[in-house]
Amino acid sequence: MTGRRTVVTGIGVVAPGGVTRDRFWKGITEGRTATRRISFFDPSPFRSQIAAECDFDPDAAGLTPAERQRADRYVQFALACAAEAVADSGLDLTDAERDRAGVVLGTAVGGTMALEQEYVTVSDSGRRWLVEAALGGPYLYQALMPSSLAADVACRHGLHGPAQVVSTGCTSGIDAIGYAHQLIADGEADIVLAGAADSPISPVTVASFDAIKATSPDNDDPAHASRPFDADRHGFVLAEGAAVLVLEEAGHARRRGAHVYCEVAGYASRSNGYHMTGLRPDGLEMGLAITDALGQARLAPEDVSYVSAHGSGTRQNDRHETAAVKRAFGPAAYRVPISSIKSMVGHSLGAIGSIEMAACALAIEYGVVPPTANWTTRDPECDLDYVPNEAREVPVDVALSVGSGFGGFQSAMLFRRLCREVGR
Amino acid sequence: MRARRAVVTGIGVVAPSGVGADAHWRTVLAGRRRTGPITLFDATGYPTRLGGEVADFDAARYTDNRALVQTDRWTHLGFAATGLALADAGLPEQAPDPYDWAVTLASSSGGNLFGQRELQRLWSSPTRTVGAYQSIAWFYAASTGQLSIRHQAKGPCGVLVAESAGGLDSLAHAVRTVRRGASVVLAGATECPLSPYALACQLRSGLLSNVADPERAYRPFDAAASGYLPAEGGAVFVVEEHGHATARGARIYGEVTGWGATHDAVHTTADSAGDPHQYARAMRLALGRAGVEPAEVDLVVPDALGVPRYDRAEATALRAVFAGTAPPVSTHKALTGRAHQGGSALDVATALLAFAHDTLPASAGPQRVAEGCDLDFLRERRRPRTRVALVCARGFDGFNSALVLRGAAPDEGEHR
Repeated sequence: MTGRRTVVTGIGVVAPGGVTRDRFWKGITEGRTATRRISFFDPSPFRSQIAAECDFDPDAAGLTPAERQRADRYVQFALACAAEAVADSGLDLTDAERDRAGVVLGTAVGGTMALEQEYVTVSDSGRRWLVEAALGGPYLYQALMPSSLAADVACRHGLHGPAQVVSTGCTSGIDAIGYAHQLIADGEADIVLAGAADSPISPVTVASFDAIKATSPDNDDPAHASRPFDADRHGFVLAEGAAVLVLEEAGHARRRGAHVYCEVAGYASRSNGYHMTGLRPDGLEMGLAITDALGQARLAPEDVSYVSAHGSGTRQNDRHETAAVKRAFGPAAYRVPISSIKSMVGHSLGAIGSIEMAACALAIEYGVVPPTANWTTRDPECDLDYVPNEAREVPVDVALSVGSGFGGFQSAMLFRRLCREVGR
Repeated sequence: MRARRAVVTGIGVVAPSGVGADAHWRTVLAGRRRTGPITLFDATGYPTRLGGEVADFDAARYTDNRALVQTDRWTHLGFAATGLALADAGLPEQAPDPYDWAVTLASSSGGNLFGQRELQRLWSSPTRTVGAYQSIAWFYAASTGQLSIRHQAKGPCGVLVAESAGGLDSLAHAVRTVRRGASVVLAGATECPLSPYALACQLRSGLLSNVADPERAYRPFDAAASGYLPAEGGAVFVVEEHGHATARGARIYGEVTGWGATHDAVHTTADSAGDPHQYARAMRLALGRAGVEPAEVDLVVPDALGVPRYDRAEATALRAVFAGTAPPVSTHKALTGRAHQGGSALDVATALLAFAHDTLPASAGPQRVAEGCDLDFLRERRRPRTRVALVCARGFDGFNSALVLRGAAPDEGEHR
């Protein structure tokens, strides 16, 4: 529209099995799974007793005592990621730049963990409908309002541009980066810390997914329970995590000589208007989102080097998504490597979309495609190249990531290695 | 290339002020207070017992029973507001071209009553279970998802959270979405933060009023201001591409011509008042994008938090933007309470209805202006002059948003 382009100049990640960008990348390219029996509470009453938890140390992440007190776990993740991403980008903002630097973060379920813990106290373990307000902690309001996520990051970094939380369920992580990209393209901001965070590993979340049998009941073998595209997949494995990217207007990045990972080349979303949780097997709307994103980037399906799948490991998702890629790519669908890192880091709801975008940026940076772990048995309905079990060294110029979420939302985003004329 | 223009062609209000835009407008014109004792649960044991509820709300009129049992009251209010907005716009219930319609609502706290009932079920029984709909009723995207399905709006959907400021951001995002190709975007917000647990959470903000007399509890900019009252409801709008609207002969309420958002980068505390400089900057960004001089503004609808230090900061910001002159201000939040993001959306409805009715409504207070809050509060209704409105909103922990609306000329407004 205006010719303003968005580039990625910093990455921060908190993921299961790999807190920090480098450890995350090492873990997923080594094919290590981080799914395990839930340790945060006794999971034995639940159908699914497994999750991918982060071994997160707020002290090591540099959180202040005030931040640790105030912020729920998902906000702490975002603070750690944002600090890592900003350091990675080398940004040193002037006051004028801070006015044009924003924060757009996604979350699917926000402060669920703090809300549930506090609820147990104020309701006397569910005995009181009229809860005892005086027993609640000092930061209950921040827990109720997921906008705290963007506010806390803006406060930490002194950013005065637009601050927003995008909460489109499990596509939040892609949609937040997409919203930030639109702010930069439209000239509403020059820099945006964009990403997502969720820490949903709490009894109410586990029970919610139990009730609709969406999560894997493979409690005896947690390390191999997340099995995207495998014939023996039984649902997703709940996870937590976060990723934050520094998005920057390309000219701004060029002028300060920043290292550029890649460019945001296209972003689109569609809704299936079909069912809050159900997916039609034809993959129509996800296919349309992919085609729209390709059109914005003026790229053909053959140009895509890697597809980061939603690949949640539910029966219907992986079938739906395979159909969507075939619909959008045509015959090229059979030639492009596709993988789901959810096989290793689980499904952190709104956060995972941003974690997967971080993986796409790193795939472009290092020329390595992370694998789909736990893939052993071919499903006749999922017959594409899912990069089973071992990472693959291939030059990655264009990476596509897709997401699918409750509410029927389908999103697609393209990252592209920066063209020379923008980079120089 | 000239950007596609976005106009509002439908307003759906479901708020304490009434169900339907007409009912809301009558309440605003008459200055009738609609806050009172909270009835959705027994609030007598809490320091804040008053709030704004949608009286006699009959959810079954607006959607089917299956959708009702799967969703929270907040979504019920969204079904109603959206249905009313579409009817007001003269559009069908279902999108004729699904990918051309989108939903970009704001939602700040999700399905509170539903969520608390399920938490209670989970924790009070040894089986540790919740119902099948908890996973789709509690989370912040529930209303947008349900509305996308119900109205077959299959374009790019969004859900925004910026505490109370997000109702305005939702309309700004609707314009971005129209500019990128959508013809019809459903924007705005409804909320229902009135469950015992949600109230307990809100009490921790330190901004709620504990005054027991409904007449005196929420009085923004007044010398007796003592905090605000929570409320449910809000407004949903049909935001439509200008050419699409004119081609079908739609009535146009006005155009969303400017928006701006900034952040204080400072938390809300017992001593904070917000940053008037950043708040003013959001207003200037909105005016600048709209190409409007402050002197052209007919009507300012402020955030009106009702907390003295925040009221003063808002007056300071407005005076800064309006270069020392006091802008014409009219606020009606005291009539309804604050429905978070739904409340800022409701203010947009008020501004657009003012132009449609060719009447700037008198402000509902303050009776005795607090020190430092000198603004030109409209004491009597009057005719609009330029038909430009500036709507302002803030959110807890530093969010500032502003929206500029240009009301349609009376002849354009009576097209249908």
